[in-house]
Amino acid sequence: MQLTDRAKTVDRRPMTFLESLYLWSIAKGMATTLKHLFRKKATIEYPEEKRPFSPVFRGLHVLNRDAEGRENCTACGLCAVACPAEAITMEAAERLPSEANLYREEKYAAKYEINMLRCIFCGLCEEACPKDAIYLSQTFAPANYGRKGFIYKKEELLIPHPIQQKEAYEKALGERKPTVNA
Amino acid sequence: MNMLAIDIWFIIEKVALIATIIGLSFFIAMYTTYAERKVAAWLQDRRGPNRAGPFGLFQPLADGGKLFFKEEIIPLTSNRFLFILGPALAMITALITSTVIPWGASYVDGTTNIALQVADVDMGILVVFGIVSVGVYGIMIGGWSSNNKFSLMAAIRGASQMVSYELPMGLALIAVLLMTGSLKMSAIVSHQIEHGWHIFYQPLGFIIFFVCALAECNRTPFDLPEAENELNFGYHQEYSSMKLGFYLFAEYINMFISSAVMATLYFGGYDIPFVNESTWGLSPLLFSAMSFAVLMAKVLFFLFVFIWIRWTIPRFRYDQLMNLGWKKLIPLALVNMLLTAALTLWLNN
Repeated sequence: MQLTDRAKTVDRRPMTFLESLYLWSIAKGMATTLKHLFRKKATIEYPEEKRPFSPVFRGLHVLNRDAEGRENCTACGLCAVACPAEAITMEAAERLPSEANLYREEKYAAKYEINMLRCIFCGLCEEACPKDAIYLSQTFAPANYGRKGFIYKKEELLIPHPIQQKEAYEKALGERKPTVNA
Repeated sequence: MNMLAIDIWFIIEKVALIATIIGLSFFIAMYTTYAERKVAAWLQDRRGPNRAGPFGLFQPLADGGKLFFKEEIIPLTSNRFLFILGPALAMITALITSTVIPWGASYVDGTTNIALQVADVDMGILVVFGIVSVGVYGIMIGGWSSNNKFSLMAAIRGASQMVSYELPMGLALIAVLLMTGSLKMSAIVSHQIEHGWHIFYQPLGFIIFFVCALAECNRTPFDLPEAENELNFGYHQEYSSMKLGFYLFAEYINMFISSAVMATLYFGGYDIPFVNESTWGLSPLLFSAMSFAVLMAKVLFFLFVFIWIRWTIPRFRYDQLMNLGWKKLIPLALVNMLLTAALTLWLNN
């Protein structure tokens, strides 16, 4: 029964003397490899050259600030609830009157940690967040020497200040511009 | 007292030549490892080493430095003396072979005549063969003294392979010698300059010689002694640090020397094809340098072919290896030799 029209019958006759010298087959093989010598190389030289990401790429998390540089997060905990990997922990605190320029609303996250080893980069925290405070950037997880280094604190997550560190802010924002001040 | 009259300039000349050739062998071997990785990468659509220095040119230095700083391990159950002798022997035999190869046309300026050849002995090519046969002891001793079953297996394979492939190699060579009528390397080259390259008269002989040269150098498809996947790197499995480096280096020097031998025997040595460069009236220095460069170009081409073959075809099975050697190459070489002998006799009468 013929299953496919691409099947090839194998020639099982014993090799002739000339064939058993392998010279012709080796020459054919060498012609094939010689062609590859002039092909375009498939390598992307990583640190200098980077592959473009898809617009929906989900990398490391960023905690967002509004246009005046105030933190968006109100420590409501919805992201932690949404997280299927249980990677997010936070502690809430009440804003003091003098801190109005630091936090956008009366409640803020005193502590905010993401365990990058647990995180599966699904982006559900981003979807859950009502304040546009957390989103996934286009940088991907860097290397570290210990497991401790993979638990990202607020300092590592927070986006640079949009006014004081304008350039770093633009860079961290990447190509995905989140809606500021929703 | 004539025998004791030592020509001091002669000694200086030869020592300088030896030092240059050994240095050159090391340099070429070093950069053959680089070329090996680069060509391998290109044949596989990759880029190869390009981090150390421009185009990765310092990569061999980095590799060599790494080997020097590695921990040196001598297994407790090994035979210490033989264990150290193995790589030394491999290296020494690889280097000695270069003595009889004429590296270029002699530098003739008035009365001074400096041959670019360490020793133009009467039995030139036999010296190469003799030393190459000793080279197998490097592998044998190394593999045996490691006291490791894989290494021993590899050593036995290596020895049997070398012995079986020396036969057709010698037979192919006899055809060349029948045409030249001399074992002298310089005579072989000058014969080719006069009568044309041997490759045109002995294509079959050259192919046999080339296949055997691959086998003698333990290059793919004949790299059974160091089969990575079946024998855990074979005879140099227990070696570390620079002793391993010596083995690997000796292999590349062997490649370089056998390329030079093939260029000398079949491709006219330092001769430029289709032209008679001796009538150009070049200055003697330029003439010698050019002939040397021509030989080097041929050698580099052969080195490339060695590498090209390695990254094209897989390793032979042991029975295929023996079949090819004893049932195919030896009969072919015998036929080639008899034909050449008959034709030489007929044409000379």
